Amino acid sequence: MVQTLTEADKEVDEIVAKYQGDKSALIQVLIEVQRQKHWLSKETLKQVSQRLGVALSQIYHIATFYKAFSLTPRGRHSVTVCLGTACQVRGAPRLMDNISQTLKINAGETSPDEQFSLDTASCLGCCAIGPVMVVDGEYYGKPSRKEVEQVISAKEIES
Amino acid sequence: MPRLNSAVNLDSLRQQLLDINKGKKVVSVTNGTDGRTRHSEVVFRALTDEIRKQGLGGKLVVKSTGCHGFCEQEPTVLILPEEICYVGVKPEDVSEIVSQTLAEGEVVERLLYEDPTSGEKIVKESEIPFYKSQNRNVLGNNRFIDMGRIDDYIALGGYSALARVLSGMTPPRVIDEVKKSGLRGRGGAGFPTGMKWEFCRKAAGEPKYVIVNCDEGDPGAYMDRSLMEGNPHSVLEGLLIGAYAIGASGGYIYVRAEYPLAVENVETAIKQAEEYGLLGHNILGSGLDFQIHVHRGAGAFVCGEETALIASLEGRIGEPRQRPPFPATSGLWGKPTNINNVETWANVPLIINKGADWFRSLGTERSQGTKIFSLVGKLKNTGLVEAPMGMTLGEIVFDIGGGIPDGKKFKAVQTGGPSGGVIPESLLDTPVDYEELSELGAIMGSGGMIVMDEDTCLVDVARYFLNFLAGESCGKCVPCREGIYQMLKILNRICEGRGREGDIELLEEIGETVRDFSLCALGKTAANPVLSTIKYFRDEYEVHIKEKRCPALACKELITYYIEPEKCQACLICLRDCPAEAITGDKKIVHVIDQSKCTKCGTCLEVCPPRFGAVTKLSGVKVPEPIRQKTGVVRK
Amino acid sequence: MAEVSLIIDDIAVKANSGATILEAARAAGIDIPTLCSHEKLAPYGACRLCTVEITKGKQSQLVASCVYPVEEGLIVKTGSKPVTRGRKMLLELLWARAPGIQALREYGVKYGITAVQAGTDYGIIPGISSTRTKFEIEPTFCLLCGLCVRYCNEVKRKDAIGFVGRGTEREVVFLPELAANGCRQCEDCYPLCPTGTLPLYYTLAEAQRSA
Repeated sequence: MVQTLTEADKEVDEIVAKYQGDKSALIQVLIEVQRQKHWLSKETLKQVSQRLGVALSQIYHIATFYKAFSLTPRGRHSVTVCLGTACQVRGAPRLMDNISQTLKINAGETSPDEQFSLDTASCLGCCAIGPVMVVDGEYYGKPSRKEVEQVISAKEIES
Repeated sequence: MPRLNSAVNLDSLRQQLLDINKGKKVVSVTNGTDGRTRHSEVVFRALTDEIRKQGLGGKLVVKSTGCHGFCEQEPTVLILPEEICYVGVKPEDVSEIVSQTLAEGEVVERLLYEDPTSGEKIVKESEIPFYKSQNRNVLGNNRFIDMGRIDDYIALGGYSALARVLSGMTPPRVIDEVKKSGLRGRGGAGFPTGMKWEFCRKAAGEPKYVIVNCDEGDPGAYMDRSLMEGNPHSVLEGLLIGAYAIGASGGYIYVRAEYPLAVENVETAIKQAEEYGLLGHNILGSGLDFQIHVHRGAGAFVCGEETALIASLEGRIGEPRQRPPFPATSGLWGKPTNINNVETWANVPLIINKGADWFRSLGTERSQGTKIFSLVGKLKNTGLVEAPMGMTLGEIVFDIGGGIPDGKKFKAVQTGGPSGGVIPESLLDTPVDYEELSELGAIMGSGGMIVMDEDTCLVDVARYFLNFLAGESCGKCVPCREGIYQMLKILNRICEGRGREGDIELLEEIGETVRDFSLCALGKTAANPVLSTIKYFRDEYEVHIKEKRCPALACKELITYYIEPEKCQACLICLRDCPAEAITGDKKIVHVIDQSKCTKCGTCLEVCPPRFGAVTKLSGVKVPEPIRQKTGVVRK
Repeated sequence: MAEVSLIIDDIAVKANSGATILEAARAAGIDIPTLCSHEKLAPYGACRLCTVEITKGKQSQLVASCVYPVEEGLIVKTGSKPVTRGRKMLLELLWARAPGIQALREYGVKYGITAVQAGTDYGIIPGISSTRTKFEIEPTFCLLCGLCVRYCNEVKRKDAIGFVGRGTEREVVFLPELAANGCRQCEDCYPLCPTGTLPLYYTLAEAQRSA
């Protein structure tokens, strides 16, 4: 079924072209789109569906099955807490609580002012410094409640 | 880069590289993902700059390498040939290292590893207890390879196994050697690799594919990441040898989304190998054609399962399918496909070069060779350990791992990730071996070894794994999806103090169905963490259920934070730091936690000065009423 | 096509080599319970109710008969103790999601799952029923059998309905715009739904769209 698009997104088309419109590259295409646009909008999914010839329902399943994708816009700053087993054993749940309380959102959510997105990861592979919090690519090992608050405030001011 | 058109070309290149670097010192800096979390990039750049500044550039080579294994101490700097090992190196240490050690040959004592028991400073890397009993056959080469230089790999003898295979071994001969070696899948299933290759070789259908499974999803395991970051060529070479033996013309490397540096490094490696003619058309002039594609995962643990991985490569949902048919006969695009784990592939060049007998010289009767473990958790020396199969768990945890820090007591070691189980102290003399670990109700798995101490609640550990699996299950089949859901509900109740008589038996009952009726290995092994913690720590479950108490003082809903009035010195620290403003008191008035406001964040326990130690955790007992009449503080 | 001989419940059965154990059993008049299987759709292997015990040489294992291909000399037991024990547990798990539905009632009576007895009618509202189920009733009335999704995809080729999410969050949803443009005229999937609530899901989707 052909979806009429109000305005095809050039960036998306470029990415599809990079993979020669190959259906089997669907996931790789979506990964790149997510990286560039920080989320997958309804229009984007429709466009990819049409360009690759994959049913929209399939694309929705893929976009909701794989956790790399977000169907809502992400916050400006990303905060990730590792919940891998080693970090778990070293107190990650408490760290998670501290961060969640500071940001006033739960894992998987974005703050109402769209400044912060909070996510969990199941092992970032730096178990030696655990428990680990990553803020915009910067790693923090064993941060105390105070440190968490300091880092977050610094980011708020940055915005 | 000149194309290598024959094994002879490769040999001469190696000789050239060895000649160029003859007599030069090597300064190897750990700069993989773990190192970078502690600013190893800055250390590396500072070292390169300082060396240039001091005019030492001609006499030594600086290498930005992957993980050496002792991650707890990273960034580490290894100086060869002396083997001087500096640990915990910071950017401000660099000038001293250059002027003293590199220029003058003097050791900087304070940067050496200090043995915690003897207090002795150890100079040589191989003498450090962490490394002493290891056999770093596979991971050890990370030390000698700059992550961006194929030449380093070639200088070590890299691709010589491929050359040997292409110039003198038939595919069946190659498979025989791998079979003879006894190499078993290092990703967890432990299936004999040679046999797997043979099934694929014998299967009808063209083209055939070989795949590297770098979806390493077990939380706490990062061996494959370190190999892919630090020595991707060892995996490429193994893959090429396998492709030749099986008759495959296309290869895929599936790397999980969370490993960007691994993707970057393997893509660089592929490009450089192609430039040398070690990949692509007519490899080493042998007529072998082989292309490799890198494919990123998108955040799904289940895609570590062979058939789900294949589905994901085809652009579909990562849902496993039942076997038969097996991927060896019908895999990617319905063609014969062989998938192996990163570490499995990395072992292949060693087996070809040193022989099956050499490989068998280490290990037990049923489990040969070495295995890389990620030894993490409540441990003094956390990191990646490569040990021969057959070494006991106790030796790994205590001799290599250094035992439990802070004077705490060992409780259990968890192996095999979410598919595995816990092993108690009484069984620490169990040798690490596929069958031995299975018999205990655990599994070898991909090599994650999480050490737990007296502060770890094992009921909470079971809950943790089930919670992980509830989100990672693809959700297709009833036993896995609904079984895990119900088991998790019961565990949540138990950890929250609402456990009931019969819960343990119900967990065992559901677990049995999940194990026997699930479609894939994720489901089939999902009950292991629960069943294994019940097997060895049933009393802990019973205390949670009958006494509503958590002996490890870990389960949030079952513990209360309490300030002991006799110990409190009213220093105001916890009062000020409490994020919930739940503590009342004043300069000379004993501090009291208002339990209705307390969020159990643990800050008060953290900040109370150790010499007072007034904050404690209680479980299973009623919190004493605050002493209203006695508001004074007992000064010590 | 080559023919294969196997034994199902002590009965000698012959089948074509491409057949599944379920097909071979049904052709021989042996009944195996199923939920997610349909003659017009590719075998799915999700409900696991059709699980049987197979023995090859000395090895026994439990497999889903709807997707397992027949093999020469295979010994199959459709009702051994491990099979019935697990089947009972599966039914208990499903009953918690869709209590009272006809599709499960017959099996429930046969396997004696706690909530179902012959001749008794169980209301779908928890609290009214006087028996205990093993699990708290949390009705979704969707067993995620996938019959609707697969039918729309494989037979109608409209893909107006699909799965979203993963694990315990997996759900079936109608794609609002596609569904609005054709479901009312089709409704082929409605009678396939074992809980009978598919039409309700559609109505909810329509309501959401206009909201």
